[in-house]
Amino acid sequence: MLDLFQHDFVRNAFLAGGVVAIVSGLVGYFVVLRGQAFASEALSHVGFTGATAAALLGISSLEGMLFFTLLAALGMGLLGKRLRNRDVEVGMILTFMLGLGVLFLSILTQNATTAVNILFGSILSVTQTDVLVTIGAGLATIILLACMFRPLLFASFDPEIAEARGVPSQGLSVLFLLLLAISVSEAMKVVGVLLVFALLVVPAAAAEHLAHRPFSAIILSISISLVSCWGGLVLAFVGHWPASFYIVSLTSFFYFVSLGLRAILFPRRYKEPAHPSREVFPEVPNPG
Amino acid sequence: MFAVFQYPFIQNAFLAGSLVAITTGMLGYFLVTRGLTFAGHALSNIGFAGAAGAVLLGITPVVGLLVSTVGAAVAISVLGREIRERDVAIGVIMTFTLGLGILFLSLYHGYAEQAYSILFGTIVGISRSDVWVTAWLSAGLMAVLALVGRPLLFSSFDPELAEARGLPVRLLGSLFLVLVAVTVSIAMQVIGVLLVFALLVGPPATAIRLVQRPASAIGLSIILGLAYTWLGIILAANSTWPVSFYITTLAFVIYLPVRYLAKYRNDKRVQSESNRHLQVSAGSLETEVVTNDKPFSDQSTPMKGQRHA
Repeated sequence: MLDLFQHDFVRNAFLAGGVVAIVSGLVGYFVVLRGQAFASEALSHVGFTGATAAALLGISSLEGMLFFTLLAALGMGLLGKRLRNRDVEVGMILTFMLGLGVLFLSILTQNATTAVNILFGSILSVTQTDVLVTIGAGLATIILLACMFRPLLFASFDPEIAEARGVPSQGLSVLFLLLLAISVSEAMKVVGVLLVFALLVVPAAAAEHLAHRPFSAIILSISISLVSCWGGLVLAFVGHWPASFYIVSLTSFFYFVSLGLRAILFPRRYKEPAHPSREVFPEVPNPG
Repeated sequence: MFAVFQYPFIQNAFLAGSLVAITTGMLGYFLVTRGLTFAGHALSNIGFAGAAGAVLLGITPVVGLLVSTVGAAVAISVLGREIRERDVAIGVIMTFTLGLGILFLSLYHGYAEQAYSILFGTIVGISRSDVWVTAWLSAGLMAVLALVGRPLLFSSFDPELAEARGLPVRLLGSLFLVLVAVTVSIAMQVIGVLLVFALLVGPPATAIRLVQRPASAIGLSIILGLAYTWLGIILAANSTWPVSFYITTLAFVIYLPVRYLAKYRNDKRVQSESNRHLQVSAGSLETEVVTNDKPFSDQSTPMKGQRHA
């Protein structure tokens, strides 16, 4: 087993996978908190266009993805002021980007294999430069997130009060989307466009079931994604199935375990949020 | 330009594409008004695993698609009972089945080409029997929709009131997801798993911004869907670019100006407030749309952090 680490590509895979897991565990916590799961899904599809465009131009796919997702995140952040009906807009952009990616692929000659590599990840083909870019971008993301940690947390929990207290929610939101774009591009290299959700959202959602303080939830989320990522890689080297399949299975497994654990540890802890039309009014005692 | 219609595979693609456009136009309207666009996206991705599994077992992809999407629709409606958690629950199921799909395909030889055609569709590969399967399934869908259409519309616009009136809102929701699952399965052969969404959301999202009454919005969304599909097939047949690219681009290019122009029109409508009150006092179901508000679907989002606070 340990002999494997003599190979360059194995070390690259573990290094890149580890960085990606840590970053996406951290960013994912905020994604779940802010309800931006669909936005991260859309960004990953934009990344598909970026990767295919990069393949067309003959540059590194990571650079293409970073360029396109950052641009899209900026656009989404500036346009998406209104929360309402956002899903439809995100969805329209998502399919348009996929269509564009399909066009780029059809212009390319050996399109099918390229498409599958982009869509389902190619961690074993990560190069030394990719690892360096991943580490650099990952460090930048972590540092930026640490700087804006408290205001972002505040703005995510209660946007109205944060705004009233003078927290620049709009600016934070755009900045966070940019960070999300970076993490999505990195995660795509590991698990592929279609499975970004597995590293970015699933560990954080599982952690949120079990830990209620932000800090412990983040630690738990990072641990889950790290264990899943490295575990998936080890399994992929031992078994012969694709690494992304193992990673996705592990994170899903953790999610369902967390669902079960929550039911045991915190019975009835979750109550349906008070709904304006479902508010319980105190019963007026009947005089009769 | 129209000479391509001599080829039987173009005829088949045209027939299947038209049926798909009609069903997605109808179902998509409910999908958008219920705020379930993410569920539609997820169901189509889940179909990938079913199609891949069917390829591996050597049976028709449609069967695998139906089994996986209908199963997932039931699972989603059971797991994601609280709206707050729905997106994540759907996403977990989606990624897990996508992972299964990639496993199935890797076990199968000729892996990349199969994956490509499932994901992006191949109008060239539609046989006459595929057209018949599509026709039967869409007929069934329309029959069910004709039966539950009115209560479904009611519960989409005002779930609370519908529940108070004794409608089985939750059951209708599950049934609706199953209908979406069937639609996704038949649409996949034409446009591919990843782009079903373009037909499911594009035409209705455009139609809703142009007309207010549900019946006319559904009609317009069917017309738009048909136009996108027909144009897409004709353009693709006359060029080397793929049909899915044309359909998604048409959907997006038409949606964009409509969105911005309709916003301007909506602003003007607010000014004629008195006019609106007249319509509301008429008390018909359709006036619910006029206000263009979905009061219950969005308010759960700002409450995200409540459990922690």
